Amino acid sequence: MIKLGNVHWNSLPGPEDITRVELQNGITVLVRSNFNSPSVVLGGYLSCGSVYDNDDKLGLSYLTALSLMRGTDRRDFQAIYDALESVGASLGFGSSIHTTSFTGRALVDDLPLLFTTLAESLRQPTFPQDQVERLRAQILTALAIRSQDTDEMASLEFDRCLFPSHPYGRPESGYPETVQAIQRQDLIDFHRQYYGPRQMVLVMVGGVEAAQVLDVVNATLGDWQNPDQPESIELDPPQPLPSPHRAHVEIPGKSQTDLMMGNLGPRRRSEDYLPALLGNSVLGQFGMMGRIGDVVREQAGLAYYASTSLSSWIAAGSWEVSAGVNPANLKAAIDLIQQEILRFTSEPVTNEELQDSQSNFIGRLPLSMESNAGVVNALLNLERFDLGLDYYQKYPSAIAGITPASVLDVARKYLTPESTVTVSAGTSPGDTTDV
Amino acid sequence: MTHSYHTTKLANGLTIQLKEIHTAPIISHWLWYRVGSRDEVPGLTGISHWVEHMQFKGTPKFPAGNLDKVISRTGGVWNAFTYLDWTAYFETLPANDIDLAIELESDRMVNSLFEPEEVESERTVIISEREGHENEPLFRLDEAIQMAAITVHPYRNEVIGSKDDLHTIQRSDLYQHYRSYYIPNNAVLAVAGDFDSAEMLHKIRTHYEPIPAGELNKLPVAQDPIQDGEKRVLVRGPGETTFLRLTYASPPANVDDFFAFTVLDSLLTGPSSLSFFGGGGISNKTSRLYRSLVERELAVGVSGGLQATIDPYLYGITATVHPQHSADEVLVALDDEIKRLQDAKVSVGDVERAVKQARAQFAYSSENITNQAFWLGFAEMFAGYHWFEGYLDTIQTVSPADIQRIAQTYLQPERRVIGVYLPDDQAGGQL
Repeated sequence: MIKLGNVHWNSLPGPEDITRVELQNGITVLVRSNFNSPSVVLGGYLSCGSVYDNDDKLGLSYLTALSLMRGTDRRDFQAIYDALESVGASLGFGSSIHTTSFTGRALVDDLPLLFTTLAESLRQPTFPQDQVERLRAQILTALAIRSQDTDEMASLEFDRCLFPSHPYGRPESGYPETVQAIQRQDLIDFHRQYYGPRQMVLVMVGGVEAAQVLDVVNATLGDWQNPDQPESIELDPPQPLPSPHRAHVEIPGKSQTDLMMGNLGPRRRSEDYLPALLGNSVLGQFGMMGRIGDVVREQAGLAYYASTSLSSWIAAGSWEVSAGVNPANLKAAIDLIQQEILRFTSEPVTNEELQDSQSNFIGRLPLSMESNAGVVNALLNLERFDLGLDYYQKYPSAIAGITPASVLDVARKYLTPESTVTVSAGTSPGDTTDV
Repeated sequence: MTHSYHTTKLANGLTIQLKEIHTAPIISHWLWYRVGSRDEVPGLTGISHWVEHMQFKGTPKFPAGNLDKVISRTGGVWNAFTYLDWTAYFETLPANDIDLAIELESDRMVNSLFEPEEVESERTVIISEREGHENEPLFRLDEAIQMAAITVHPYRNEVIGSKDDLHTIQRSDLYQHYRSYYIPNNAVLAVAGDFDSAEMLHKIRTHYEPIPAGELNKLPVAQDPIQDGEKRVLVRGPGETTFLRLTYASPPANVDDFFAFTVLDSLLTGPSSLSFFGGGGISNKTSRLYRSLVERELAVGVSGGLQATIDPYLYGITATVHPQHSADEVLVALDDEIKRLQDAKVSVGDVERAVKQARAQFAYSSENITNQAFWLGFAEMFAGYHWFEGYLDTIQTVSPADIQRIAQTYLQPERRVIGVYLPDDQAGGQL
């Protein structure tokens, strides 16, 4: 039986305790008060990201986001960070495919500082040349470190193979040569063209009244306008590969090889999403990494980690197995994983397996929202995927409604062996015939 | 917030720490054992961590595989950690499922099976875990530095153990280690969350009190002599990036110098949380070393850290060297900053700022019930809960003169190891 008794309905965010306001300039603000907390957590995003980057300057959106706090019309880098760090507050920006995001936290008293810094960084960055160069060197070093990281390189190559000629197949941080090609003027242009309040989302959770947050948002961002800001790009869904694809990234001197195997997955708003999410749990998450963890780690002892993940975005998703194995065990691990996927796509999961995962999903919901940061993430997902303010309150019954047959349907639909991508990254053993 | 703290000790020696927090319907249950790599001898390094793995391999009541399922069905999370001085197991669960954690942890305090085939399967899993670490340049550098910096104390060994020992440790070694240290009089149970203390204590007594106390024969731990000369370590490996890591002998957590040292670290490398569970997140861009190394483009990043331990351990500073510069250039700039701390007192304002940062970090980390329970037990491992409760008040008493004295006493060249990770194809390395 699925345990529904664990859900404390009144502790889950819903329309009763989320304040959601759309400002005239297009910013959507969501606030949930938590007066048990002496601090506030901020999260949000703008609707621009690496989707706008040209191939030859990939990483532009990322470098722009990282440069926002490096100097503004009002303050230099040290002054901006001195104000934040002196009171133990933090603010940072990042960039992904569709969005430029920000997160911050502060003690409640320092709420105004958080918003003035946010607004100043978004609206008045100056992109000082010396700071841009300093950041460029930092990013290039990070990319050099990435090139030695078996996990990251497997993931990079996996995305490139799974999403050929699609923005989902490109790393937001770019490649060394594309980061080198970016000029300061590119940052200025990117900011002027794509940064704006339309479709911007801002979420705050913590020991503060919604009215106080709305006042400070209106004061700092309420008059922000950018008439040039384009509508969001609608991406075409990527197509499954016509045949299986195998790739290996050779990185000398590594003790462990990272392996990724998988296929396209459903987009977040697809009706396939929840059955796939539960199926993913049975396959490689539940307990000690599900069925995959059981055969690869627990029974065969081949890996410290072997699990599956489902990542679902706006246009599509990916559904993959990841494992870290000794190079000599790579083929054995691939064989075991293929057998498990074959089983998963051939016969329905058992009622017991499904109910285990359903209980887990329902029970963990309150735990995932224990902290202010957890609630911020939950509210951002509501807005990003247009799920509705009552989504978490309806979630337990939606999860309980998934059946073994619906899991089998999505398993067969997505985990098709004829379009599977298999990527390894590490040091080949002497005999490389199996890679 | 409603927080009520209660501590007691059962007849079998198990220390109980309870903290009621009624902000969410969640309870976090942590069982801490006073055993870690500190208690290991050559030939058996990594055995505490391996025993921790075996604790997930089942008892007659909770067979392997079933353990994970019963926790996961509740939606709860659980995990375990092995470190220098301790091994800890936690479950954070919906409040009305907490009996499960109590039943499970009290059961595996005595009844774990250590089946021979499970031992062998876990051997390769742990070797794989170690091989994952070996992929990281900083793990390899750290391992070499620890061996150089600490000559006799078991802190010199990596918690995961040496690969040789991981190949030779036997089931009988593991089981003996388990039976020697997994006894109530060597453990602390810390529970925080949405419960009534009297009811919780009753549940705990029902399951834990029948476990008899054991005979605790802790091995004497050899203490390191004070290092009397600078040491240098060079590790070469693949990659393009050079890392510089300095370590200095640092004080144990339960002496006054430790608190002043945390303030010094905050000024030098930025505020860092002592918790394993966040509370950090404050950037370090106005710290002295960020300004002198990263702002001057000698390094692309710098961090530092002090560990709360029973015995003296190592304070570490790590810099990722800028591709256009060398580790030697970074070292010169770093030494200038250390000399500055030794030569002149920092301002009162600098200290007040570090205290405010620590206060904010404590506020952030206290919002999480798992973290609250963590601190209840963690502080017991090297001092006592009073250490945590008094932390902010104590660091407020740190003066600029204290920081200067710490810099002069601990940050001496003859008490440090300079470690460099240099890419295979780069010249240099004449350390």
